[in-house]
Amino acid sequence: MFDTVITSEQLFQALRETVVMVGVSLFFGALLGIPIGIVLVITRPGGILENRFIYAVLNPLINIIRSLPFIILLVAIIPFTRLLVHTSIGTSAAIVPLIVYVAPYIARLVENSLLEVSPGILEAAEAMGATTFQVIWHFLLPEAFGSLILTMTTATIGLVGATAMAGTVGGGGIGDLAISYGYQRFDTFVMIVTVVILIIFVQGIQSAGNRLARKARRD
Amino acid sequence: MIEIRNVHKTFTRKGQSIEALRGVSLNIAKGDIFGVIGYSGAGKSTLIRLVNYLERPTSGEVFVQGEPLSGYSPAELRQVKKKIGMIFQHFNLLESKTVFDNIAIPLVLLKKSKQEIRERVTELLEFTGLSDKAASYPKELSGGQKQRVGIARALASNPSILLCDEATSALDPQTTKSILELLKRINEAYNITIMIITHEMAVIQQICNKVAVMERGEIIEQGNVLDVFGSPHHPTTQSFVQTVIHNSVPQSVLNTLKAENGRRLFKLKFVGGAASEPIINSLIRRFEVNVNILFANMTEIQQTTLGNMILQMHGENTVIDQAAAFIVSQGVEITEVEA
Ligand SMILES: Nc1ncnc2c1ncn2[C@@H]1O[C@H](COP(=O)(O)OP(=O)(O)O)[C@@H](O)[C@H]1O
Ligand SMILES: [Mg+2]
Repeated sequence: MFDTVITSEQLFQALRETVVMVGVSLFFGALLGIPIGIVLVITRPGGILENRFIYAVLNPLINIIRSLPFIILLVAIIPFTRLLVHTSIGTSAAIVPLIVYVAPYIARLVENSLLEVSPGILEAAEAMGATTFQVIWHFLLPEAFGSLILTMTTATIGLVGATAMAGTVGGGGIGDLAISYGYQRFDTFVMIVTVVILIIFVQGIQSAGNRLARKARRD
Repeated sequence: MIEIRNVHKTFTRKGQSIEALRGVSLNIAKGDIFGVIGYSGAGKSTLIRLVNYLERPTSGEVFVQGEPLSGYSPAELRQVKKKIGMIFQHFNLLESKTVFDNIAIPLVLLKKSKQEIRERVTELLEFTGLSDKAASYPKELSGGQKQRVGIARALASNPSILLCDEATSALDPQTTKSILELLKRINEAYNITIMIITHEMAVIQQICNKVAVMERGEIIEQGNVLDVFGSPHHPTTQSFVQTVIHNSVPQSVLNTLKAENGRRLFKLKFVGGAASEPIINSLIRRFEVNVNILFANMTEIQQTTLGNMILQMHGENTVIDQAAAFIVSQGVEITEVEA
């Protein structure tokens, strides 16, 4: 019916690769980014565990990584990637730079979410004699939970976009399909299908995130 | 119970230093309901936050139950704070937790068992009249109910001191009254010492036994509420007292009186026992004067009546003087007002 070169197997394979890349890098990105975001909030001037040194190191470091375009980051850290996964091509080789890309992004978003928590809540916690860990665990995180869900939603969508460039190192995925067939080989059918899939992907993530956040905030 | 000894507190912000407290000293005894009143910016919040060390003095010392707070390690200080409850103007409840879980927080921090927490929270819900709200979220509550949750939370760890920073300032007068009644009940039932910050004299009048008046980082007057209400010395205190006891002659009344000769105006003040009626009666029977009561009111403070009256006496000057002396002899304070 359509004049196309790709098979449905190729499409499903790409879909799987995207889900794996987004899922795995989101997991590890969150594992790194959430604690870093928390550290940023508590060590900042006026924070509950103010520490000029840590904040002064962490804050610009995150800005530096975040200012690099993903495609540059991808290439720049190839030696590091090889060290970690013993290869510089393929899906797992794409996941390392994706994590390095998304972790500082998540850290910044988490920082913003936590800063939204009213200072009065922290004052109450301090008046109750809560330890720093207790303040984070029993006050900061529960109060910011709805906002943190939206944060992770935004990070996930950012990752979906970044995976499109993972093709550069042979990472595959829907975005790669769109670029290498749809764009470079003028396969309009692939172009339309991949774009529609990406739109559904992003829409689905966003509305799921919104629904969860609403539930957490009891709106 | 609480002693603040010559505390100075200076904040520095953007290179500018603000002296929030300038040599404040006060003493709060066990079981007191101690009120601190002053206009906005007087340093009241800074003062109350010294007691649980949310604010550290720049100089001077704070003693709680005889121990200087500066002598504690951070870990010890956290234990001390668990014995000091605090409630806030904007309640500071966790929006993400139910009423039950909000009240339970201090107990969770103390790592109490589930069973213990359930018992204590249920008891507190009952005491504060919130039993039917246990599963509600703060968003679904009125201001008064939120403050009840705040109070229940503050009481959860059985504190011996309760600090209230403008706890009723966001509430309407009716709700304020019920919250103050609850605080009074807490003071009586658990013998908890209460320190209250407010800018409303009515709050002091309703529940406090001691009061300190603050202005620009200093305590300008302090003592028993009855004494301060009865004879405020500082102009600021006087204007606070006048918000609840109207004892000045209205200008319109003064204007009509000016022209008349041979009439003199007196302010009378009765405290407690001295009843006004028999005195006025004997005044009229004993002396050749006409007595005209222009104004009278009674205020109840600390179960004691504080009466104010403005009299006009008409007659011979010497007789009026004798009448005034008679009033003094009855234990009533009298001052002549220049019309
Ligand atoms: N953390 C702070 N940093 C700088 N200035 C402060 C701080 N807290 C209070 N102040 C200043 O100290 C003064 C007294 O404030 P506060 O104790 O809050 O007064 P009140 O509670 O009587 O309104 C005000 O001038 C206020 O701006
Ligand atoms: Mg204040």
